[in-house]
This record gives sequence, structure tokens and C-alpha cells, in this order.
Amino acid sequence: MAKAQLMQGNQACAVGALAAGVTFFAGYPITPSTEVAEILAEMLPKFGGKFIQMEDEIASMGAVCGAALTGAKAITATSGPGFSLKQELIGYASMAEIPCVIVNVQRLGPSTGKPTSPAQGDVMQARWGSHGDRGVIALSPTSVRETFDITVKAFNFAEKFRTPVVLLLDEVVGHMRETVVLPESGDVEVIDRKRPSGPPEEYQAFKPEADGVAPMADFGEGYYYHVTGLVHDYKGMPSQNNALTTELIDRLHTKIERARDEITIYHQDYTDDADVLVIAYGGTTRAAIAAVKEARAKGVKAGLLTLVTIWPFPGEVVAKVAAKAKKVIVPELNYGQLVGEIERYVPREKVVSLTRYDGELFRPEEILNLIITAGGGK
Amino acid sequence: MITYISLTGTGGQGIILAGIILAEAAILEGKQAIQTQSYGPEARGGASKAEVIISDEAIDYPKIVTADILLAMSQEACTKYAGVLKKGGKMIVDATNVYDIPAIDADILSADITKAAREQLKKDMFANIVALGVLVGSTGIVSRKAVVEAVLARVPKGTEEVNTKALEIGFSLGEKK
Repeated sequence: MAKAQLMQGNQACAVGALAAGVTFFAGYPITPSTEVAEILAEMLPKFGGKFIQMEDEIASMGAVCGAALTGAKAITATSGPGFSLKQELIGYASMAEIPCVIVNVQRLGPSTGKPTSPAQGDVMQARWGSHGDRGVIALSPTSVRETFDITVKAFNFAEKFRTPVVLLLDEVVGHMRETVVLPESGDVEVIDRKRPSGPPEEYQAFKPEADGVAPMADFGEGYYYHVTGLVHDYKGMPSQNNALTTELIDRLHTKIERARDEITIYHQDYTDDADVLVIAYGGTTRAAIAAVKEARAKGVKAGLLTLVTIWPFPGEVVAKVAAKAKKVIVPELNYGQLVGEIERYVPREKVVSLTRYDGELFRPEEILNLIITAGGGK
Repeated sequence: MITYISLTGTGGQGIILAGIILAEAAILEGKQAIQTQSYGPEARGGASKAEVIISDEAIDYPKIVTADILLAMSQEACTKYAGVLKKGGKMIVDATNVYDIPAIDADILSADITKAAREQLKKDMFANIVALGVLVGSTGIVSRKAVVEAVLARVPKGTEEVNTKALEIGFSLGEKK
């Protein structure tokens, strides 16, 4: 039986990547994500994989794209400043439909900010950081064990939908060590990208099947195709055709949208009869659940909706769970980012934003005080 | 039962490693543990803090608001973090580095931790393990057996003996009143 052990969030991310079958890492060390690189540098060669420390953040993302095209399961790890630098190539990965995982262990910004302090300031950067329109998957786990599970999911979604997936950790979850029991390797579901089965001369690398995703050949195995950031046809050749452009941009969204139910991961605690609903994600969840339990002990009907999938934004889930609540409290370690999205699905007068951006995690009592006030207590 | 332990000192003293080992010792005893840390961007110097929570049940909130036990390995840390200790809590100070203990309502144990490491083990570097011994010896938060096992699982090969000795020095320092 698997043993209980003390594990760090970043370590769980590295170990989760290995469980998902990662074979390639390229990156440039940055606090507070460095442990992901350190551990994969040690472990990847033992599993026949490759680790490269590149000259900078941009080149790292380029190497990840290239490796993924040759059939590797590729990952990089960074934090806010590096995430900004990677954005153009993340968009390229979306356009060229390259499966890969980008870990962003968020720290306080903007710019160099507070490198060792937690924040959740990159929620919108994960959605809109790269230019143009594209579907985005971003996931934000709340514990060390969940970081393992969600890292595996990130790879599975990347492979299944041929898209970059962003793993939004924060310094709280990334650096926290806690007791975990990991699943046996046989109990981990691993999805690999569809590969072509027909003759190479008939292969069309961007011709979608019914699920909106085309089979992907490993570069170098005899299937010729062209990869470009330009709008392209099914063979990957640049095109100015307007109808084809519309179809392509549509598909970058719909291949993700149509799988919304599968991609949407969330948890509910005490939400059934909640008058006051807290909606949280990432490390903030840990203060929120403590506050909700404390509020319940004081007789206030509080509940917690935890969003693990941030993008595509689970608006329907939020609307449904929040429908009966009188107040919805949204604590975030930023100036107020996801709250705007929540207000698109919950009447604004019900929504209370609670922000903190000094580099410390919320204390449960900060959230508790707001729950009590919102619940009509003293 | 849930116990909050703050280990504080200066960057480079091995405070965070001591916290990790304490948490691992608790897990060896079948308990739940969380370890978090806060430190500045510098590699050496600056206040360093490791927080360990040990509980019989799953732990929601990973940080410490009020500590049951506080270890202070430097004057700066002692001054800065004395306030997080609960009334009547246990405070362990390294007398080698801490010359001015704030007037607080606490059960204070002052021991020459770094001096003991320096004189008996010839290296200040072992002060964190001596401190861990003092902490476990004086509070019994985990068993001596568990902390020995946890230390041996973490330290580099070839240093087992000196680290065990560091713990034993700590245990006996922790026994004094």
C-alpha cells in the first residue's frame, strides 16, 4: 500500500507530471516554481526523458513547443514574469494545436514584485495574456494531493484537445508541504494524443475529427505537415481564406467548449442550504474552508464552492450553486480578478469581493468576519 | 488535538529543514502534518520562519495564527515573532544568539543551542538539529524515536552519527528546567 509522506506542492506537480508520462522539460528557474525544474532535472533522465535549462523563458517555451511536436509530453514551469514572456509562444501553441503544460506558480507582481510571496494575480493573464481569440484551459489546485491529480489532468486535457494547458499554482500550494498518500501508478488515468493511422501521403494534420481534434503525427516519423502561427489549412499551409479562418478560430474555442462538462472540476462544501456562499480557488480555498466551518459552528449557514477549473470559466456551475445564496463572497489574493467573471453569472448586488495583495494568505477570520456580516450576524 | 509550532531564526540556519523533519516525524507516528515557510529573497540572512502544524485530523488552514510552541534562534526572529505565541505557550530560545527576551507570558526555556553545536560538534551548522532535540525533548510533541528516524532519513550519508549526537545533546538541553 502507498505510504503517507510529506510532500511539497511543487514536488507533487513534478511527480504528477511523471505519472502522466512527461518526457520533456525546458525552463528557466524562477521562484517560487524552481522545485518543479529541480525535481524533473533529477528524475526525467531516469525515465528516459530530457531536461533542458534554456537561456531564457521565451526559448523554454519554444523548446516545449518543438519537443511536443516530435511526440514528447512536454512541460515548463515558471512564475508571473516568465509567464508574461512566454505568452506569444503559448498563443502559437494554441494556433498550431500543440499539446503542452505550462505551470505558473504565482507570486506577487507586477514585475519582479515579491518573488517569495503568494498571490493569484495571473488569473486574467492565463485567459487573455496572449493576443487574439482562442479557447483556454487553466486549472488551479488547492492542496498537495490535488496538485498531483490536476497535473495529470492538465496533461490529459492537453493531449486530448491538442492545446496548451495552464496549471495555475500559487506560492501557498506550491511551497506548502503536507501529508499525502499518492495513488498507485495503475490507478492513474493517462490519456495520449490521437495519432494518425492512415497512409502518410493522405495525412492532414489539422483536419478535425468529430470531436474537433485532428490526430497528431510525431514530427520525424514520416508524416509530412507544415506548422505555422499563420492561419492555415488542413495541411498546415498558410491561407488567407476567410471561411477557413472563421472555421479555425471557431474550432480553437469549440473543441474546448464542447467538452466543458469533462473539463470543469469543482468542489462543494456545505453548499446545499448555504445563505452565504464563498467562491474560492487555489490556496485561498484553505482559508475559506476554515472560515466556512467556523461560521457553521456559529450558526451561520455558510458554504464553499471551490473552482479548480478557472478557464473555461464554469459560469453555469457558479450560477446554479449561487442561485439560493443571499450573498456570495469572493476572496482572492489579487486586486479583484475572477470576481468580475462571477458577476456575469450572479447578480452584482449579491457579490462581495474580498481582496488581499500584500503577499500574505488570508487569515480565516478575515473571511469569517465577512460571512458573519453578510449572514446578518454580529 | 492540533498543535501549532513556529520555528524561527535567520536564513541559512536550517530552520526550514528542521520544520520539514519535525513534520516527517509526526507522519511517522501516523499523524497529519503541514509545513509552510516564509523567507526573504536572500540566500543567507534575513528572518526565516518555518511553521509546522501537527494534528490527528486533516488540516484545513496551513498557516499559523497563534503558536503553541515558538523556537527563536536569532534575536531578530525572537523580537519579531514573540507575539505569535499564545498566552502561556512554550518558548524555546537559543541563548547563544538571543540576549533580550521580550517580556511575555510564556513558559520559557533558554538553552545555549548554537554554542553546544559549536563546542561539542565543532560546527554551528548542527544547531538546527540540536534545536529540534531541545524542542522534542522539552515538549514531547513527537517521540524521540520518531524524530531520530526522521533526521536519519533526511541527512546526508556519513553524517548519521553526528546528527544523532546533535539530537541527543538537544534532548538533554531540553530536559533542564
